[in-house]
Amino acid sequence: MSAVTLDHITKTYDKGKVLAVDDVSLQVAEGELFGLIGPDGAGKTSIFRILTTLLLADKGSAAVQGYDCVKDYREIRSRIGYMPGRFSLYQDLTVKENLDFFATLFGSTIESNYDLIKDIYDQIKPFNDRRAGKLSGGMKQKLALCCALIHKPEVLFLDEPTTGVDVVSRKEFWDMLKKLKTQGITIVVSTPYMDEAMLCERIALIQNGKIMSVDTPEKIIAAYPVKLYAIKADNIYRLLTDLRSMPEVDTSFAFGEYIHLTLKNERADTTALQQAIEQRGHTHVTIKVIQPGIEDSFIRFMNQDSK
Amino acid sequence: MEEKVIVCKDLTKRFGDFYAVNKISFEVNKGEIFGFLGANGAGKTTAMRILCGLSYPTSGEATVAGFNVYKQTEAIKKNIGYMSQKFSLYENLTVLENIEFFGGVYGVPSAEIRKRSDNLVQKLGLTAEAKKLVGSLPLGWKQKLAFSVAIFHQPRIVFLDEPTGGVDPVTRRQFWDMIYEAAATGITIFVTTHYMDEAEYCNRVTIMVDGKVEALDSPANLKAQFKANNMDEVFYQLARGAKRSGD
Repeated sequence: MSAVTLDHITKTYDKGKVLAVDDVSLQVAEGELFGLIGPDGAGKTSIFRILTTLLLADKGSAAVQGYDCVKDYREIRSRIGYMPGRFSLYQDLTVKENLDFFATLFGSTIESNYDLIKDIYDQIKPFNDRRAGKLSGGMKQKLALCCALIHKPEVLFLDEPTTGVDVVSRKEFWDMLKKLKTQGITIVVSTPYMDEAMLCERIALIQNGKIMSVDTPEKIIAAYPVKLYAIKADNIYRLLTDLRSMPEVDTSFAFGEYIHLTLKNERADTTALQQAIEQRGHTHVTIKVIQPGIEDSFIRFMNQDSK
Repeated sequence: MEEKVIVCKDLTKRFGDFYAVNKISFEVNKGEIFGFLGANGAGKTTAMRILCGLSYPTSGEATVAGFNVYKQTEAIKKNIGYMSQKFSLYENLTVLENIEFFGGVYGVPSAEIRKRSDNLVQKLGLTAEAKKLVGSLPLGWKQKLAFSVAIFHQPRIVFLDEPTGGVDPVTRRQFWDMIYEAAATGITIFVTTHYMDEAEYCNRVTIMVDGKVEALDSPANLKAQFKANNMDEVFYQLARGAKRSGD
């Protein structure tokens, strides 16, 4: 049985004028760490709200742990943990009061599932008596995760838990998720950060309410259809504008210190390309063939869709 | 000598016994793209608020566009532009109304506003949307429009606070094209980001840790200095040791 199933789900807002989720189908296996990867406005939050029984879809059906998201909403609510994108604990309750409150709501206690939250809770325990509203961003995030876990959910939904969080805290957060996964909890997590896709077992790339691809990150990358080059030179911005005007270039996008490039002719010779670039006055030009990343794949899917 | 548009010397902001910004010193050149990085709680926002004339420092010196951050905050505000991921434009005004409003607030003459807004709308490819509410535009367009509005009055410096957060990867790159274009016209760009690939697009980068500037150099030099393959590793090495965390 799949832990999560979406079957041709469509959701519109504003009397059908805004199409938020467009005929989305996917399945998440039990115990899987599954990522919904896409920018703001892609439809990630709508999908989460449908699965957590907080929003009704226009069309299609959805199920969590075999329970229907409309009919069996009560069953689902007791079996899932949900951490919304916006901090939504009680700001004027303390850390401990929030935890107690959420444990009680689910008929549990902090003690009964303590082992599950221990690693995370230990980091905020020194602030037990501080009001949640007075915590730093990183600590709020940890408290919210504890509250979502306190009743030992079967499926955990995390909506953009790392947005606006710095690189170091993001790494810590993903380490926590990996540990939770070993406890057998199914985790569905969304993120706008493409680099985090590699940390999931399977991902769905989503844009404008549509799933562009669902697979393991490795397979999505392996399916990249053309050769990808990385180029750099001393003046990277001028290189980018020059590349755009060259007829043999198909796509060119800045990626940190390099430009990632695809050519119209697959068998093109890089020495000719290098010469053409150097003729335009570029110095220290290096070109190499590289492995694409998820962001390369995402951009390619986006361009295909808009063509 | 290159013209300095921001000069900071031992700039400090203290809240009680907490040093949010602790003796930071740096200079930013005209037309430079200056990346301002740091972990959550490192003091970036506090420092930016001082440089925007929104908060007084406790001690130290700083000038922005030649104006003093203690005495000439109003003059600073007239000479800078600002945009962030959070506050951008009025969603219930149209594209044109937003341009007109912000142009007016910054004292651009009406005739000039009309002329420039026509050009701008055309350049952004928003001609068909000019009379639509900003709230109905996709996020990527909103952010591009917000940036254009922030530099509409041709400020000396524009402060960008995580301008590309949550934006799709193609729009994110188009946004940086606009940044480069603005810098080429002589506008200085002061930008914060959580995307480390974007740190590579800056001429120079500062990394703040616990209220102090721990590194300041070009991305290439920083990578060499920290023996790192990319800016992600540089940032990680520095920020890992941070004792503070916050917003």
